[in-house]
Parts: sequence; structure tokens; C-alpha cells
Amino acid sequence: MTAVGGAAGEAPAAPCRLDQAGRPPLRRAAGLLRSGETHAWRWGARVAVLLPLAGLLFAVVVLAVKAYPAVRVNGGTFFTGSGFKIGSTYAVTTHTAGVAHPKGSFYGAWPLIAGTLQTSVIAVAVALPVSIGCAFALTERLPAFISRPLGFAIELLAGVPSVVLGLWGVLTFGPWLARTLYPFLADHLPNVPVLDFFKGTVGHGEGLLTGGLVLSLMIVPIITATTADLFRQVPVLPKEGGEALGMTDVEVAHKITLRWVRSGIIGATALGLGRALGETMAIVLTVGAIFRLAPNAYSPMSTIAAAIATQLDSALTDGTGFAVASYAELALVLAVISVLVNLLARWIVRRTSHLGAPVGRAA
Amino acid sequence: MPRKRRRVVFTVLFRGGTFAALALVLAPAAWLLASVIAKAVPHWRWNVLWTALTPTGGGLLGPILGTLILMAGVLVVAGTVGVLAGLHLAEMATPRRSGADGGTVLRMASDVLSGFPSIVLGYVGYVALVVGLHWNYSLLPAVLILSLMVVPYIAKSTETALRQVPTAYREGAEALGMATGYSLRKVVLRTASPGIVTGLLIALAIAGGETAPLLFTAEFSRTVWTGAFVHAHGFGYLTYVVYTFWDTPSKSANYLSYDAALILIVMVLVLLVVARLIVARSQRYSEGRTR
Repeated sequence: MTAVGGAAGEAPAAPCRLDQAGRPPLRRAAGLLRSGETHAWRWGARVAVLLPLAGLLFAVVVLAVKAYPAVRVNGGTFFTGSGFKIGSTYAVTTHTAGVAHPKGSFYGAWPLIAGTLQTSVIAVAVALPVSIGCAFALTERLPAFISRPLGFAIELLAGVPSVVLGLWGVLTFGPWLARTLYPFLADHLPNVPVLDFFKGTVGHGEGLLTGGLVLSLMIVPIITATTADLFRQVPVLPKEGGEALGMTDVEVAHKITLRWVRSGIIGATALGLGRALGETMAIVLTVGAIFRLAPNAYSPMSTIAAAIATQLDSALTDGTGFAVASYAELALVLAVISVLVNLLARWIVRRTSHLGAPVGRAA
Repeated sequence: MPRKRRRVVFTVLFRGGTFAALALVLAPAAWLLASVIAKAVPHWRWNVLWTALTPTGGGLLGPILGTLILMAGVLVVAGTVGVLAGLHLAEMATPRRSGADGGTVLRMASDVLSGFPSIVLGYVGYVALVVGLHWNYSLLPAVLILSLMVVPYIAKSTETALRQVPTAYREGAEALGMATGYSLRKVVLRTASPGIVTGLLIALAIAGGETAPLLFTAEFSRTVWTGAFVHAHGFGYLTYVVYTFWDTPSKSANYLSYDAALILIVMVLVLLVVARLIVARSQRYSEGRTR
């Protein structure tokens, strides 16, 4: 049945008006609709792709504007000083450099900055060798029917909500470590620089090392997935060549596979580091969230992210808004550090492989 | 040690080491799962799923609905924006004069955003939306900030999925006289849909398990959502229950925190397993298996 036709045998209806391309109105409408759809997709996509950029700029501008008064007043001591004091909120407000703040307020974030770096460095130091080992086991040592489910299990670990990991860390994992591993480390590690950081009282399992270890569990899936993907891209001929020359597994792994993907692994590590720097919930729950520089590896301490999460509430009691501004400066410092690390990581990964981002968010 | 002996020892160490590394990851993972189950199951009551939260205990109806509503909101906001952004980056961005892919600046912005610590995004949401716009702790600022957090991820997975659609499909569609928009919808997006849906599911899993950006945008509320997008007095969700209820003096609140952890893990695992099944299913019929 045609669009304009009537019953059979009837004379065809008068020809309808055709447009310039010779199409009847219905077709023309359909054509318009189709080109309209193309335009809708195009413009929708154009607008959508600008939104993340807009959101990013918005976040940076908000942080910068909020932090500006704090940057002016706190100056360099923000990075070297130690201790956050809101000051006396009942007494007179004083002015420094034209910014109002309570008398006696002091903001020095060194313990937080150091704590962020400490937990992240521990996390990466533990996660990197473990991840490389896992990647080797998954790609080279195990048959596919075993390595595939195991690889998926590691991916699932990446999906575990960080707050659940933190809860496990504080209720189960931390206390267990404090009973078993920590006393052993504290007793048997030699009293030399760096390692003497692991001497002393071991506490109850809430502290720097517990936080670092839980973090490492969070970033292992990221580094493992990226590294395993890199290993799969190493061509098989050089490896077979190495074996034909009589190299052992270790020598092939060390001299061919690892060397082939070295910079990719550096990128994956930096990506994990970026994630570790910005992680909040697992850290808040496991490190004790006490504002101080950890005297040894087992003592409660805090990081920038944990401090923001736990202290912003009390910052609201500062009527001058200076405490909130100082936390904006803190947030800005964290954002700058982790964005730089992330960009570096992505740049390295992109330069060295054809992968996009590996599993999971980077922060 | 003789050279030969040394090589043998290294080989054994290496082989053992790779398996030890695997065990070092899988054992804590299994332990984590087992301990969450062990903490929740002995006190598990099914009515936790449909009773409202009270100051002395009750169930988790409000937080469970809250997490689902947050995920739905993220699916609408971040899903739309992320898929369209990925579409732009993969299909429409004008190539550079050097021949490289276009959209470098936009992709870079997306990368920077995904490197942004989530607690910082939460802080921005607090300062700009909760206080700045007087929205108060409520659903809309939480959804917006959570969406901002996962949009880069969705855009990236969409872009990757679209780039795997063979160019021949687009050429074929064009040769049949399809308009660009029509072929996008009927051919390109449809072919890429398993990859896109997988990305969306993983993004939902991330959003559902997130706490940090919600602390200062949604805060918390014991009541079931009343329908207010802004100007509410807090909005409840599961991760907050896990975060705060475990060290309260009330035993029943502690149990709720373990229950919430179990529910969260189940939710996330279901999403991730479904995502994996979609990938496996779509790869079964594709010509070139990637793995």
C-alpha cells in the first residue's frame, strides 16, 4: 500500500507537491528528521565533551578562590609548620595581610604532607614487586583456564569499596598485623637508618604501616592489570630467541620482558601512586587519623585526604571562614600533587603502549 | 656459588616468587571477603533490607534506597554526558593537522579530572554547591559531584568501545545512504554497546562504593528519601553506615555497619560480574578475540 494511494482500481490521487530534490513531503520530513538527528548527536556530543572540562575548571577556580586568603596568611609555614590550630573563636578577630582570622590561628601541614607521602611510598614499595610477580604468574606461568579467573579475582579486588577495605583493615587486618608481623619486624630489623623507622612499640594496628599495606592492596590490581597487559604486548620471538640461546626463565624475564616494558611499568606505578595519594576512606579508618608526624612505622598519624575528611566539620566552627580557607589550601596541595603524578603516569603509559587507562579510576 | 647453581637457584626463586606474589594478593582478598561475611552473617536478619533506620537500630532501607538512587542519578547524569563525550572523542573530534587524533585538550582535561582526589571534589561540592548555592546536604550536589568523578571513566570506556567498531561498518552504512546520525544510532553505537554498557556498569560500581565525595555533599540522614533534590537535611547511603556505625557503642548499630558492608560488596560484585559476562558474551561472537 502506498502512502498516497486509495483503494484498488481507483485512479491514483493527484501527484503531491515535490520538493526541489524531487521527494514527496513524507520523505522530505524523514530527511529533515534524519539530518536533524545528525545535528542533535553532533551538538549533544560537542556540549557533553566540554562539561568535564568545565567541571574541572570550576573545581580549580573554586579551590583557588577559596584558598587565596589562606595562601596569603599562611605563606611558607604552611609547608614547613606543624599543627592546625583554629585559634580562639570567641576572642577578637585579627587581620593579617587584609585577611580576617581568629587570634592565634596557625596552619602548618607538614605532618599531613609527609604522612601522605609516607603511606603512598609504603603502598607502592609493597605493591610494585607483588604486582610484577602477579603479572608474570598470570601471563607467563599459568595456563589460561587458571589465570583468567584469578585475573578476574584481582579485578574484583579493585572494585571493593575502599570503605569496606578500611573497615576490614581496622577490625581484622590491623590487629592481626600488630600481633604477628609487627613484633617480628620490630625485633628483627637491624638498627640502621631508614630501617630503624620500623623499631619501637608496635601499637594496636592502627597506624602508618597498616594504612600503607591496605593501600597497597588497593593499588595492586591497578598495577597488575596494566603490567599484565604490557607483558602480553611483548612479542614472542625475542623471548623464544632468548630461550633458544639457553637463557633461563629469570634471564628472559629480566633481560627481555621487563626491559621491553620498563617505562610502561614506571607509568603504571605512577598511576598507582596517584591513586594512593588521593585515597581517603581506607586511610581514615586504618591510620588512626591523628594529626602528627609518625615517630615510627606503627604509630597513628594522618594524611591530607584523611584530615580533610575528618576535620572539615570542626573547621566550620571558625566564624571568619579562615579554617575552611586553610582546608581549601590543603585540598589544593593534594590536588596539585596527585594531578601531576597522574598526568606523568598517563603520559608515560600512553607513550609506551597503545593502552588507554587501565582498570579503575586513578584517584 | 658456581654459576650454574646460581642460575638454578634464581630460576627456582623466580618461579616461587611469582606464585608467592599471587598468593600475597589473593589471600588477603579472600580473607577480606570471608571476614565481611563472617561479621555480617551470624547476626543477619532479612528485614534489614526493608526496615527503616531508627536511632537505636532498625534496618537499612533508607541507605540501600539511597545508594540505588545515587547510582540511578549518576547513570542519568554521568551516563549521558560520558557516553556523548566519548562519542565526540572517538567519532567527531577533528583530527589534528599532523594527522594525530583530535580532542587532545579535552582528553587531557578528562585525564586530569580522573586524577583529582575524590575528597577534593567533595570539598568543592561542599563549598560551591552545599554552601555557595545554599543547596544544603542533599541529593543533587551528591549526584553532580559523583558524576563529575566518574564521567572521565565513562568517556574513556565509551571511546575505547567505539574505536573497536570496524571502519567498514561506518562505510557500509554510508554507502547505503544512511544519514550520519542514523548510522551512529543504528550501526556504530549498537555495535559498541557491549563495551559502553560494561563501562557504565563499572562506573556504577565505583559510584556506589564511593564515600569521600559524599561526606560533605550528602552527609547523612536516617530517613528514607522524601523526594527533595535540594534543600534537604542530608541524604543516606550505605558507605556512610559502614564508615561510622562500626565504632558506635550500640551493638545493633555495629551489626548494621557489617550488614551494609556485605550488601555493598554483593552489589559491587554483581555489577562487575555482569559487566564481565557482557564482555565475554560479546567477544564470543566477535571476529578478533582480544584475549
